[in-house]
Amino acid sequence: MTQFLSLLLNGISLGALYALIALGFVIIFKASEVVSFTHGSLLLLGAYSIARLSDSVGFFPAVVLGTLITAAAAFLIERVIINRLRGAPVISLAIVTIGIDIILLTELIRRIGSDILNVPHPWAGKSLTIGSVGISQNRAIATLVAAVLIIVFFVAFKYSSWGVAMRASAEDGETAALMGIRLGRVSALAWIIAGVLAAVAALFLVGAPTPGVSAAAYTVALRAFPAAILGGLDSTGGALVGGLLIGLAESFAAGYQDQILFLGRGFGDVVPYVVMIAVLLVRPSGLFGTKELTRV
Amino acid sequence: MLSIDALHVTYGGAVQALRGVSMDIPDGKVVAVLGSNGAGKSTLLRAISGTLRLQRGRIESGSIRLGDTDLGSRDPAQTVRLGVVQVPEGRRIFGRLSVEENLRAGGMGNKDKSAKAAAQARVYDMFPVLRERKDQRGGLLSGGEQQMLAIGRALMASPKLLLLDEPSLGLAPRIIGQIGEVIAEINRQGTSVLLVEQNATMALGVADLAYVLDVGEVSLSGDAAELARTDEVQRLYLGHDTDEPHEQAAASGKTLSRWTP
Repeated sequence: MTQFLSLLLNGISLGALYALIALGFVIIFKASEVVSFTHGSLLLLGAYSIARLSDSVGFFPAVVLGTLITAAAAFLIERVIINRLRGAPVISLAIVTIGIDIILLTELIRRIGSDILNVPHPWAGKSLTIGSVGISQNRAIATLVAAVLIIVFFVAFKYSSWGVAMRASAEDGETAALMGIRLGRVSALAWIIAGVLAAVAALFLVGAPTPGVSAAAYTVALRAFPAAILGGLDSTGGALVGGLLIGLAESFAAGYQDQILFLGRGFGDVVPYVVMIAVLLVRPSGLFGTKELTRV
Repeated sequence: MLSIDALHVTYGGAVQALRGVSMDIPDGKVVAVLGSNGAGKSTLLRAISGTLRLQRGRIESGSIRLGDTDLGSRDPAQTVRLGVVQVPEGRRIFGRLSVEENLRAGGMGNKDKSAKAAAQARVYDMFPVLRERKDQRGGLLSGGEQQMLAIGRALMASPKLLLLDEPSLGLAPRIIGQIGEVIAEINRQGTSVLLVEQNATMALGVADLAYVLDVGEVSLSGDAAELARTDEVQRLYLGHDTDEPHEQAAASGKTLSRWTP
């Protein structure tokens, strides 16, 4: 029972971080009609900037700066490349983002080299015990921060002018433009928000129980893709549910791997994709996705 | 207010949609543009609103001026901020947004909060049904209500010139009559209107001036009431038989019969 609760708690905290990344993925898709594969390198950029800057400016300023750097990078990608290609086929745009991702990733890996950079979290090494269940303080704080960000995001998405503009342009870009909504601005803002969310997720993903910033952090973002896709690529609620589902599945698969040994070791690493495929077989447009993404 | 001079528009660099169209929309008037499918009516509105680029179209030559401002090179958001707002063909309301959110989306170009509140009050006064349904999803409204929402949404930007693209499309005759009254009322409250229509009876009923577009060119223009009396408009757009219309139809290859309410 204790093990179950512990895995549940860790699964939720991991899932909340996946949800942050997946949300960014979804709003970029909604605002720019791009399936953006740049998230892996943005995540790594966030983690790298925070780790490097911590040495010189201290932890908290480094978090702020690192987040700004990641948001700025996302903004630049949108302004310099994606916005200029507006109207290009979705497939070409997706491949362009893969290209950007590879370039950014290569540069980051070159800089990181074979080191494992450490982010000096003030809460590092501590853990929290709730009843008989333990969780690293890093993950506990991550869950809280992610929950706050997700709530703020959803409130803004529902009630703010940005939210209305965003949903209107996602539904019918041409008509939104006719209503005076600046599509370019909506899209740029979506990328900035996605950058911020990725940087925050990165901050916690490179803390306990994961060891430091290495190129491996990149693969974490890859697990947020199935989260976004199984939720339904154009659904923000779906990104949240998908993130949690993937986080839980991964946590349980890793925790109970002795019981599911017949599937082989390391099943936890592939389970996000297995869950995604299983969901898509039953619901091809994801749990909450719009059935018909293009209209004539 | 708006003057269009020798406007040429092509799509994909090849298809000529407008071939030297000139027209004037005077301040405070309702101007109707009639024409059949493919005459270039929607292209005209896209050129004014600045959405041609989204359809791979472009202005080859000619100009569109609002007072002293050239509209030809503006993007849609700028055009809205200059006071020229379009109600697109087929209503195109945001079906997944609530009625109130649809109106909010329409007011995005309006920075002034009090102007926005006044615009919303005006819309709700003009269309009480929208107030009753303000929390409902736009997609759940009936066709007529959706058209009212589409018009209301455009009014949220407090336009000086309202462009309407076939507001009667797919609506019952009684509702078309209501739409006609609404257009007249909007005009009475001081907004100029450019009304693009296939339903000539309604359009000529509310318009002061009218133009007939035919394959990208203006074939007739003038006072709306006078135009309604001309043979050609009677025959082509109002469906009244003159001499042997069916033989002429076969000869010219044009559709002569029209649905009228």
